Amino acid sequence: MSTFESFKSLSRALFLGFRRDRGALFFTILFPLLFLVIFGGVFGKQSTGKVEIVEIGAVPVLDQAIAHDPSGDLRKTVKTTRNDDRAAALKKVGKGDADAAVEQSGGRIVIHYSGADQVKSGVVQSVVQQVANSANLAATGRPPTYTVAGQQVEDKSIKGINFFTPSLLGWALASAGMFGASQTLVLWRTKGLLRRLQLAPVPIPTVFGARVVVSLGIALGQLAVFLLVAQLPFFGLKLQNAWWMSIPLVICGVLTFLALGMLVGAWAKTQETAQTVTQLIVLPMAFLGGSFFPLDYAPKWMQVLSYIFPLRYLNEGMLNVMARGLGPASALPQMGILLGIAIVAGAIAARLFRWDAA
Amino acid sequence: MTNTISVSGLRKRYGDVQAVDGVSFEVAEGEFFGILGPNGAGKTTTLEIVEGLREADEGEVELLGLKPWPRNAKLLPRIGVQLQATSFFERLTAREQLRTFGSLYGVPARKADEMLETVGLTEKADERVEKLSGGQAQRLSIACALVHDPELVFLDEPTAALDPQARRNLWDVLRAINTEGRTIVLTTHYMDEAEVLCDRVAIMDRGQILRLGPPAALVRGLDAPTRISVASGTLDAEDARRLTGVDEVTDDGVSLVVETRDPSSVVAALSAKDALDGVQIRGATLEDVFLELTGREYRA
Repeated sequence: MSTFESFKSLSRALFLGFRRDRGALFFTILFPLLFLVIFGGVFGKQSTGKVEIVEIGAVPVLDQAIAHDPSGDLRKTVKTTRNDDRAAALKKVGKGDADAAVEQSGGRIVIHYSGADQVKSGVVQSVVQQVANSANLAATGRPPTYTVAGQQVEDKSIKGINFFTPSLLGWALASAGMFGASQTLVLWRTKGLLRRLQLAPVPIPTVFGARVVVSLGIALGQLAVFLLVAQLPFFGLKLQNAWWMSIPLVICGVLTFLALGMLVGAWAKTQETAQTVTQLIVLPMAFLGGSFFPLDYAPKWMQVLSYIFPLRYLNEGMLNVMARGLGPASALPQMGILLGIAIVAGAIAARLFRWDAA
Repeated sequence: MTNTISVSGLRKRYGDVQAVDGVSFEVAEGEFFGILGPNGAGKTTTLEIVEGLREADEGEVELLGLKPWPRNAKLLPRIGVQLQATSFFERLTAREQLRTFGSLYGVPARKADEMLETVGLTEKADERVEKLSGGQAQRLSIACALVHDPELVFLDEPTAALDPQARRNLWDVLRAINTEGRTIVLTTHYMDEAEVLCDRVAIMDRGQILRLGPPAALVRGLDAPTRISVASGTLDAEDARRLTGVDEVTDDGVSLVVETRDPSSVVAALSAKDALDGVQIRGATLEDVFLELTGREYRA
């Protein structure tokens, strides 16, 4: 049997070990998906909800406008209910259950709104204003002199699922890679398995190679699951042309996080230390590396700070090819930086490496 | 007969501690060799240097005519090493574990499975290693050391922390392995284990080998008295003292113990008096040898 056979058999053993580890399965696959469901579901919806208007008594101007709404735009923005009790209607607005109350007496229309949600009260005012203007214009019987046509410009700022899919995946990869590598190294050392493997004729790089390949396989699995789930209608992710560049990006990212995990694992004496230190790196990195919110909206100092975290480069590259719709080459600088970090971290880890706990 | 192992003048220092202090020994082909001593005597360090896990500060080691340090890929397939019963891949079954270790040596799966039977774990083949008992884990660990059919096997405290029954089971396994013609080197801190299993024993303390030889010869070399005990009341202590060859007599109310260097005439005399009720004859043990050599009571 050749080294390659040993490699295959080791990889199989290591993969089985992962598949049977419920904790690891949960934290690498299910937990990040849970975040995707929460973040993607809550913040992913791009449209603001409809504004709710309570009509106090009959408001024919508004009712007619909604009834004769050729484009349907009005029905998309406004939801009306009727409440003849003026006091009750105003109370609803005051409590925030409705965005505004509108009453009409003859040609006079009064809007009662709360200042709590300025965006929605603004929407209500402009909607009612527009309805009144259209009604005025219609009353003159003349065709309008000016018409307005809307044309949407492609929005370069990234929102919702387009942001959360790659960035939460980045966090999941960082977490799985770093925990996987640091825990494995400490565990193998404290259990004496490293020593045992040292006395087997199989070259040590083969053993570590198998571990890396299994991690890469798991990471590509994470990528596939994330992309499939995010494309469900509920989330509505649309893959950009250069999305496939996420595969080499993920590989570079995983190599970096494995190297960092090895660094922690080579340094830490016990599993507890390794776990704590890894967590202390992964969590701040996820926040400041832009996995939980877009750094475009973060303060300047945070944007600067984010560049010390490797996750930042993975996220940046992934956003370029998956959300911003840039070309395949747009991920190359990030891949280069990630590989650079991987080499440096790997070299330090090799210096700190010990075969046994003594 | 050629020497499978030859070690000379081995020294190793850790900081202020001289862990191994001038150890030399030779092990012949097919021999069952034991390194015996209390914890911290330097047994494990000696073994690790011999296996090629550590570099000695001084001294020479040759295994099967080859140097184990630095890591010698030609030598590794010919030796089998059991380090700790925990040195397993996580969450694999006993069978998967053995097959994986086998694959590191290019051993086909079928042969790995046969090894399970050798150590009596066929019924536990599909059990994950985490669920095995201490004795089962030790046996699996030994199976992993034997899976590639090595000529020379190193076992580091294979029966530590096992209950008496499990130890005895393991002894049977080890004897069987030795009978197949393999050379075995084992470290232990159990005197009885060394006496029962080993052809030759090196008694170690504080980094040095104090005495080396077959257990029986070491014990005989002591010129220690044999203790013959019979039930108390079988014989009067004064009468016992008068028998030829008796050195000392004690009676604690349960047993009457006669110490002698001429056990045959004492037993014959006791027999003539029909005073052999509940007789027990105990020679010196390796524990007495250790006491004699170090002036200290043996504490494992």
